[in-house]
Amino acid sequence: MSALEIARAVEVACVPVMDPACERGVRLAGLKATAEPEVARLVERLGDGTGELAAVIVDATARSTADAMAVCRTLRRCDPPFEPILVVIARDQLDDLALRDELFDDFVIAPLGPEEVAARLRHLLALRGTAPAAAVLEHGGLVVNLETYQAAIAGRVLDLTYMEYELLRFLAANPTRVFTRETLLSRVWGYEYYGGARTVDVHVRRLRAKLGEEHAHLIQTVRSVGYRFG
Amino acid sequence: MAPVSEQQAAYVLRTVEERRIRFVQLWFTDVLGRHKAFHVTPAELEDALDEGMTFDGSAIDGFSRVQEADVLAKPDLDTFQMLPWHGEGEGVARVFCDIVQVDGSPFEGCPRNRLRRVLDGAHDEGHTFFVAPELEYFYFDSLETDGPPKPVDRGSYFDLGTDDSVSRLRRDTVRMLEEMGIPVEHAQHEDAPGQHELDLRYTDALTMADNVMTVRHVVKELAFHAGIAASFMPKPLAGVQGSGMHTHLSLWRDDVNEFVDRDDPYGLSTLAHRFIAGLLVHAGEITAVTNQWVNSYKRLVPGHEAPVHVSWARNNRSALVRVPTVKASKPDSTRLEYRAPDPAANPYLCFAVLLAAGMAGVRGGYELPAESTGNLFDQGTSSDLELLPTSLKEACDLMERSALLHETLGEHLVEWFLRNKRAEWSAYKETVTPFELDRYLPLL
Repeated sequence: MSALEIARAVEVACVPVMDPACERGVRLAGLKATAEPEVARLVERLGDGTGELAAVIVDATARSTADAMAVCRTLRRCDPPFEPILVVIARDQLDDLALRDELFDDFVIAPLGPEEVAARLRHLLALRGTAPAAAVLEHGGLVVNLETYQAAIAGRVLDLTYMEYELLRFLAANPTRVFTRETLLSRVWGYEYYGGARTVDVHVRRLRAKLGEEHAHLIQTVRSVGYRFG
Repeated sequence: MAPVSEQQAAYVLRTVEERRIRFVQLWFTDVLGRHKAFHVTPAELEDALDEGMTFDGSAIDGFSRVQEADVLAKPDLDTFQMLPWHGEGEGVARVFCDIVQVDGSPFEGCPRNRLRRVLDGAHDEGHTFFVAPELEYFYFDSLETDGPPKPVDRGSYFDLGTDDSVSRLRRDTVRMLEEMGIPVEHAQHEDAPGQHELDLRYTDALTMADNVMTVRHVVKELAFHAGIAASFMPKPLAGVQGSGMHTHLSLWRDDVNEFVDRDDPYGLSTLAHRFIAGLLVHAGEITAVTNQWVNSYKRLVPGHEAPVHVSWARNNRSALVRVPTVKASKPDSTRLEYRAPDPAANPYLCFAVLLAAGMAGVRGGYELPAESTGNLFDQGTSSDLELLPTSLKEACDLMERSALLHETLGEHLVEWFLRNKRAEWSAYKETVTPFELDRYLPLL
C-alpha cells in the first residue's frame, strides 16, 4: 500500500459534533478524529481529493434524525458515493432508521462506549479492505507513525510540538500536492491562531530547522503559492 | 474539530511514553522575567495537563500577596518540547505555563497572560504582531563577582575564528535552538570582546517571548557545559558596548504587511507612520519595562551604539526607532526596529508595551515627527530631541504617571513592579561604589 492510500484511511470525520467517547473510540481503532459541523465542507474536501477520510460518523443525537439522514444522503450523492457511514442514534430514534438502510453502513446506540465505536469502525473498514494495517507515512526518508505520533528523518527521531507534527503529517500524507497557506491554515490549524496566514511560514521554517539542512528541502516553497511536500 | 487541547494532550502523553521522558519541566516566568520551573514525573503529568499544578504564588516575585497565595500553573500544550541536551534514556521535556487563579480565572500577575491579552486586543482589530529580536550577550570565564568579568576571547565585530572553541560553542547553540524549532537568522561575534549576537527569525510575539526565555536558558546551559559562563547583563564591562535586544516589529493583516506603502517616500504606510509616532510619544513611559535594571541605564549612554534620544530614522543606527532598508523585491520585509530594549528585560512585558505604544499611535492618529538624519551619537546629549530616561528612577517616575502602562499591564503588575524597582533604586543609591572610592578617597 502506498503512503497516500494509508493516509486516506486514517481520518474519521464526525458530523456535526464529536462526542468525547466517540473520539476515544476512533483513536482506539488507530484512527484520527476530527469534527466537522458543516457537511458542505466535507463534500468540498472529498471533491478536491484531499479528503483522505476513512469513514464518517454522523451523530443523529445532536440534531434530528431527519437532519442526520440529510447529511448521509449528501455524502452518498458524492461521486463516488461516500462510504462507510456510521450513524450514532438514541434508542428512541431506532424506528426512524426504517426504510433508510441505503443511507448508512452501520449504527451505534448512544450513550457510546469507545470500545464499541472502535470495533464497529474496524469492522466497517475491514469489510472494505481499507483497515489501517500500519498507520505509517513514509516518504523520502521521513517516517511518521500516526499511532504513536512519532516522526523520524533518516532514522533520527524528530522532537516536534503538536502543531509542527500536525503540519508535517498533513503534508506527508499528500506528497507532491501544492497547498496554499490559507488551505494549510484551515486544514491543519482549523482555528483562529495569532499568526494568521504567516503562521504557516513560521511553522514551515521551524519544521525545516528540525529536519536539518540535509532534509529541509522535503518541504518546498512554491513561489507566491504555498508549499509542497516531497 | 475535537477540542484542540484534547488532541494535544493525547499527543503529549503519547510522546512522553514513546520517548521515555523521565521529567517534564513546567516553565513560567515571574514579573521580572526570571525563569521558573517545576519538575513533574510522567505519572503526575496527566493531572497537571487536566487541572494545572497548584503552587504557592507568594513565593514568586510579583505573584501574590500572602492571603491569596495559591495559584495554578496551566500548561500550554502547544509549547511541549523535548530538551535536546538531555541524553537518550533520560528524556526531559518542557512546557510553558500560564498562571491562573485556583478558580480558573486569569491571574493578573502572569506576564505571559498579560501579553496574550494585549495581542488579543490588536487581533480583535485584525492585526497580527510579529517580532524578531537580536539578542546580545557575553561569554565570560566565570560569573564570580570579585572583579570585572573576564571575556573569553578578544575578538570583535564579525571576526572569524578568533577563538575556535567559542565559535564552536555558538555554533552548537544555534544548532540546538534550530532543533528546538527556534530558527536563527544570523549568529555573529559582536563588537566587544566575548560579546556575541543571535538574531532570531520573526514569529508571533507570544511564541517569540517563549523563544527568548528558551534562548537565554539554552545559551547559559551550553556555556555552563563548556566550562564557561554566559550573561545577558545589559552592561557588564565599562568602556565597551553593552548588550541590547534590538527588536524588529511588523504588523500584519492576514497575508499583508500593514507597514508597506510603495508610494510613500519612506515605503511606509500611514499606519506605520502612526505606529512609529506611538513608539516615540510613549518611549519614556515604556522604558522601565524595556530596560528594567539599574544597570540597563549604563548601556543607554552616548558613544556605545545604544540610543539616547527619542528619535527615528531610516538606516541610522543611532536612532531609537530605525527603519531598515529593504530590497525592492522584498517589500514584505518592511519593519521597524526598536533599539532600546536589553536582553535582560521580561520579553512578555517588553513585547506587550511595544505593541501597546505603537497601537496607541495608530488608534490616536499620532503625527510622525521629522526624521533625524544626522548621527545622533556625535551629538552627545546636546541635541534638542527629547532624551530617554537616564536612570531607573526616572523611568519609574514616567511609568507611574503613564495611563497607557496602567492600562496595558494592569494595576497589579504596575504596582508590584514599581515597588520592586524603587526598592532596587534605593539599595543602589545607598551603595558606595568603587567609582566613588577611586575618585574621592585619595582626594577628599
